[in-house]
Amino acid sequence: MKILVTVKEVATVEDEFEIEGTTIADEYLGADLNEWDDYAIEEAVQLQEDGIADEVVTVTIGPEDCEQTIRQALAKGADRAVRVWDDALEDVDLLDVGAKTEILQAVVEEEDPDLVLTGVQAGDDSFAATGVSLAEDLDFEWGAVVNHLEHDFDDGIASVRRELEGGVEELTEIELPAVLTIQTGINEPRYASLRGIRQAQRKELDVQSLADIGVDESAIESQLELTDMYEPESESDVTIWEGSAEETASELGDLLREKGVAP
Amino acid sequence: MTDVLAVTDHRRGDLRDVSYEIITAGRQLADETGGDLHLAVISGTVDEFADKLDRDGVDVIHTVDEGEEFNHNVYTQAVVQLYDDLAPQYVLTPNSVNGLDYAPAVANRLGLPIVTDTVDLDTDGETLIATREMYGGKVETTSELADNAVVTIRGAEWPAAEGTGDAAIEAFDADIDEDAIGSSVNGFEEVAGGDVDISEADVLVSVGRGIEEEDNIPIIEDLADALDATVSSSRPIVDNGWLPKNRQVGQSGKVVTPDVYIAIGISGAVQHVAGMKGSDTIVAINTDPNAPIMDIADYAIHDDLFDVVPALTEEFGG
Ligand SMILES: Cc1cc2nc3c(=O)[nH]c(=O)nc-3n(C[C@H](O)[C@H](O)[C@H](O)COP(=O)(O)OP(=O)(O)OC[C@H]3O[C@@H](n4cnc5c(N)ncnc54)[C@H](O)[C@@H]3O)c2cc1C
Repeated sequence: MKILVTVKEVATVEDEFEIEGTTIADEYLGADLNEWDDYAIEEAVQLQEDGIADEVVTVTIGPEDCEQTIRQALAKGADRAVRVWDDALEDVDLLDVGAKTEILQAVVEEEDPDLVLTGVQAGDDSFAATGVSLAEDLDFEWGAVVNHLEHDFDDGIASVRRELEGGVEELTEIELPAVLTIQTGINEPRYASLRGIRQAQRKELDVQSLADIGVDESAIESQLELTDMYEPESESDVTIWEGSAEETASELGDLLREKGVAP
Repeated sequence: MTDVLAVTDHRRGDLRDVSYEIITAGRQLADETGGDLHLAVISGTVDEFADKLDRDGVDVIHTVDEGEEFNHNVYTQAVVQLYDDLAPQYVLTPNSVNGLDYAPAVANRLGLPIVTDTVDLDTDGETLIATREMYGGKVETTSELADNAVVTIRGAEWPAAEGTGDAAIEAFDADIDEDAIGSSVNGFEEVAGGDVDISEADVLVSVGRGIEEEDNIPIIEDLADALDATVSSSRPIVDNGWLPKNRQVGQSGKVVTPDVYIAIGISGAVQHVAGMKGSDTIVAINTDPNAPIMDIADYAIHDDLFDVVPALTEEFGG
């Protein structure tokens, strides 16, 4: 069985930041492996360790800078990586779900995996829609917000738990090939070992342009135009306690006594 | 084409709150586009649901009597067929776990753009302006979409529709292709039971990722002991196995309403806030003055939890 995992490098924002137009100014941005994708990678690598997957391939849409992040996935055990980038993507403020679907679809069709794992959402743009959209495009089955996956795939079926709201889980069977969007908590993502990090340097990282994967530039035109970005207006009139830790702790202590909830 | 089709959510025989909220969001959009608001209720006891959903502002309720519980293949097919039949401009669904399990498929099949987790919607009839958050709530953005779109709405952002309406209730005869159903829902399970029920606590000392390591959890437990309070947490703490699942506050955890909720090193992501915003008094201890938790906190200390928490514990003789 072959597994494809979508891996995204997400932008992280410092505590204090400034907005320039419809983006956060570069100097306040960092980069990290998308938290949800980390769990997807781990699940795929565990399937490989259990002798169920023969190959784990990652696919990333992103510029050269994000190769560090891709190497993290390789260091954790993925076999090889595909990265798609193109000058045409350079100026897009916000790649919408449709555009991501088009690109990922082309790669999935080329790779022909039995199972695609994606994170439930990306920590930066938070669309939480690409996995299911991709499944539909591929004519694959799917499951969103999966927090448990049985590793036996009896009769070509993935038995999963989907995490609903309010502490309820849905028990679902999904025919392969399928796309599962992975929720945190499904496993415990490993840290890459030194050996893994060394090996990752030698693993194949294949770079493809849109033309290489047969996607026309017009297909990635976003139907969604980002028009404004601002810090949300605070609705609360929060009282901020200032001072040393002892002083602020004592303010909080007074409040708790006042409310009669602390001894 | 200016109508709005809004799809409702239910589970195990009950309509979920967002089903009433989506009426308000849908009505607002339909008013701005000068169209009708169509509701869809799919699977389960659809006639009973339709009676309950007939609130002010709904023009037509389409019942799709297929299956008992949510199945994404059925929902996708039914919504696509309703869209083809009604030709609305916008399809609204809840941004619930189930909404996210079919709305992207509907958008894809119809070749429409999708915008998820919206907190506000505006339109001049031509362009839709969708407001949503990015970077875990640190910024809010507006995006414009021309033409038709699928939009998922965040729960608790629009008030629930009230009153009794006089909607036409129409059975929609969806032509469900059984062969295209490649998934089956076999049951549900309540998780997160156990010895402690955080929803009963008067004071919660709630710990988030700011605690950094499992070895640091005892400083929170010491504080809880000193205050005679209960320890709860945000999701990453439970995901890491540092506390059991029954301590998780939030959308997929428990909803809590203590007298005092002390959020320590918790950023206040929407899925967390969903579980604790009903607390009487909210206190945040966080180094980041811009963390979204500050928007709902009544009191805040912008400082390092590793300094403040021990000082507070000491104050109560711990
Ligand atoms: C479908 C779905 C369901 C989810 N359900 C839930 C749910 O039920 N409950 C839930 O909580 N989350 C849930 N989440 C996850 C949620 O999106 C957030 O990822 C999570 O709530 C973040 O937890 P946190 O605030 O502890 O961590 P972070 O967001 O990492 O925040 C840590 C905070 O600690 C502060 N901090 C760091 N160091 C210190 C220090 N030394 N002193 C003081 N402050 C410090 C930082 O400034 C930051 O604000 C869900 C997500 C999805 C997609």
